[in-house]
Amino acid sequence: MELLGAAFVYLIAAVVAVPLANRFGLGSVLGYLIAGVVIGPVLGVVGGETVELQHFAEFGVVMMLFLVGLELQPSMLWRMRTQLLGLGGLQVVGTTLVIAAICLAFGFSWQVALALGMILALSSTAIVLQSLNEKGWMGTIGGKSAFSVLLTQDIAVIPMLALMPLLAVQVPSLLDGQAFAPFFEGIGVGIAHAAGASSTGAPTWFDGLPGWAQGLFVLAVIVAIIVAGRTLIAPVFRFIARSGLREIFTAAALMLVIGIALSMNYVGLSPALGTFLAGVVLSDSDYRHELEADIEPFKGLLLGLFFITVGAGIDFHLLFANPFSLIGLALGLMVLKAVLLYALATGFGLRGADRWLFSLSLAQAGEFAFVLFGFAASSEVLEPSIIKPMTLVVALTMMFTPLLILLYEYVLAPRSVLLAQQEADKIDEQGKVVVAGLGRVGQIITRMLMTNDFKVTVLDHDPDVIENLAKTGFRAYFGDATRPDLLHSAGLGQADLFIAALDDRSKQTEMVRHVAKTYPSVTIFARARDRHHIYELEKAGAHHVERETFEAALLLGRNALVSLGYHPFRAEKAGRKFRRHDFATVNRLRDSWNEEGVTDHYIDAMRAHNETLYDLMKEERMEDHDMGEQGWMKDPDQKPG
Amino acid sequence: MKVLLYLAHPNFDRSGINRPMFEAARGIDGVTCVDLYACYPTLEIDRDCEQARLLAHDVIVLQHPLHWYSAPSILKEWLDQVLGYGFAYGQDAKGDVVLALAGKYIFHAVSCGSPKEAYRADGANGADVRQLLLPFEKSFEFCHMRSLAPFVLFSAGLPMAIDDGNAGQRERVEILRTYRHHLQDWKQMLIALRDHELDFEQAQSARILNELLPTLFVQTGDL
Repeated sequence: MELLGAAFVYLIAAVVAVPLANRFGLGSVLGYLIAGVVIGPVLGVVGGETVELQHFAEFGVVMMLFLVGLELQPSMLWRMRTQLLGLGGLQVVGTTLVIAAICLAFGFSWQVALALGMILALSSTAIVLQSLNEKGWMGTIGGKSAFSVLLTQDIAVIPMLALMPLLAVQVPSLLDGQAFAPFFEGIGVGIAHAAGASSTGAPTWFDGLPGWAQGLFVLAVIVAIIVAGRTLIAPVFRFIARSGLREIFTAAALMLVIGIALSMNYVGLSPALGTFLAGVVLSDSDYRHELEADIEPFKGLLLGLFFITVGAGIDFHLLFANPFSLIGLALGLMVLKAVLLYALATGFGLRGADRWLFSLSLAQAGEFAFVLFGFAASSEVLEPSIIKPMTLVVALTMMFTPLLILLYEYVLAPRSVLLAQQEADKIDEQGKVVVAGLGRVGQIITRMLMTNDFKVTVLDHDPDVIENLAKTGFRAYFGDATRPDLLHSAGLGQADLFIAALDDRSKQTEMVRHVAKTYPSVTIFARARDRHHIYELEKAGAHHVERETFEAALLLGRNALVSLGYHPFRAEKAGRKFRRHDFATVNRLRDSWNEEGVTDHYIDAMRAHNETLYDLMKEERMEDHDMGEQGWMKDPDQKPG
Repeated sequence: MKVLLYLAHPNFDRSGINRPMFEAARGIDGVTCVDLYACYPTLEIDRDCEQARLLAHDVIVLQHPLHWYSAPSILKEWLDQVLGYGFAYGQDAKGDVVLALAGKYIFHAVSCGSPKEAYRADGANGADVRQLLLPFEKSFEFCHMRSLAPFVLFSAGLPMAIDDGNAGQRERVEILRTYRHHLQDWKQMLIALRDHELDFEQAQSARILNELLPTLFVQTGDL
């Protein structure tokens, strides 16, 4: 019961605070943080378990990086290499050194200064990525640069964890072979912390191996992930998808992420980094959008929980003991980091709004600081007297970040001119057209659009269809297009056009209704089964509807007339006339259908229209023979001249 | 007067002068603009709709590039379908003569690839633009419509040379100046047509409309 009670408290805090914060344009992160402050220090409903919960919730970061990886094709990652090494590397090293220098000036030992520098140089992946995604700024140059730096930082945590024990005050002689024992142990313990889920500090199971073997082993695991991602995942997921059990697919997705995190843990690499890598490997898989849709809610909840625990963990007693110096320290740290970031951004050619976004979004210290503080304490690098207030300072900088983002959004961004390149870059990230259903209709439409160089994202729920089409060089993503979350992750929010081509009549209508309601700016084209289905789909919000068999039947009818002796162009004209009349009938019966459905009146009206069609056709025949006798021309189709 | 502008351009996306002309016309009140290839991409013209349009207007402008010394095919299809028996000529069901379009003014606004010198009796084409478009003019005459001289831009299609960088700097400036001038005349003329401020007598007998333009504008004052 205690578990459910605690869960209820966290959930109610989130449910109340987040929509309120969003309502006032503050963003969800600030909402979660405030919720945490309220249930933690203010009301005191939650207490000591927050720290433990935080380790658990940090798994949300792991999931987030998996999702980020899914969005990034390997080629894009390769293109980012200068940014990763240059911008990211310089940020980490530069900020570390400047903070360390300042600490030295305040009379700390160089070991303490360096440790603090490393810890505070890192930013919060969770807050920054969540905010950038929420605001839709991930595609901007500023957003991309920020992401590169965050990714570099995630990698940089590993050498930091390794260095930390070496900074312990009682440094043994570095030449002594024994010195490297805590080094590797450090990696194991630290990584376990970073994994969050298993914060027990399980030692890596190859501790006994020599260094080079460990290195090889790590490499082998990474290669295994890439190879398995390329070869094994698709058939396994196809097998699961064939079962048609949605929850098993979700279970498999979770299993994949947790499994990778664990294996990373065992070989002593950051689980966040490992799942990111796995995400990149799977980014061009057929199951990408389905995986995204399945992991997304877990990631969202865990990250939310993480933000709440940050808010709840703020030690108000400590804060009120010396509020000015602590808040001053937090603000000073942010200003310092922002200035360094700004200088770096300038050096790397960022300008205007992008430079501001980059400098302000990364100015806080991050969740890794909590981990590293814990680790620094256990390896006796830092005294608790430093760690306690500094943990609070880190939490405060995280609290202030959403405010800086607001400052950027409402004050700085409107004043700076956004760079023109932004537009061009966006295009390669998301398809402009989403096609749901890859049956007889969807295939033709998709092929037409693709041969005209439009970017098309295609969804189908049948793994066999996708596999067969893949053989013909045709890409589609697996997933049930009637699921709102899948449509979302397929990028419908950014699409201009949605083509609904599902076979199932009622599913098709349902999907169109959902899309029309949720994405009012997207134009919807839909395939209809028959005339009544046209009305249904139009009512559901489709902008343009065509009957799937109409044109083909018309063509066959025309050819039939030709084979019965009509001149081909006469048959063509008859077909055109039929089509025009049929469209007119569809238009005329629409109101009757909308008001009354299929009633006697509707049936009468339809019969009447069929009779007019007969008359029309007869008239055409008459015209050909009789009308010519009027006037001075033998044949009315004989024009003057 | 109500002006109806028909555009017949099979490559509207890549047109140099016709596109700005059509877009300029769209911005003028009292001018109805119809892009024929956009309305009827399968060349299947809605006769009833177009006949109703013609009835509702007083001046009809046919804007197109000169293709094979004539108009792009959709305009011929338009002529065949819309100027039909029992509407533009001939008799109705009761046997009465019908001439639904009688008295309406009609003319072409044409862009030609060759320079002006080619369109002369002694030039490369051996005939001027009005002569080349005679089949249209005779058809309109048959329907008792009144043809005005064509409004012509010569040496069109040279912006491609500008893009290719084949043209020299001086040439480019010259071409752009001609285009601007032509557009200016075009807008002025459409407005004058709308406001009935054009000397229609003279416009009917001229060989090319735009060359006479300044002398054609008349102030109708309170008329």
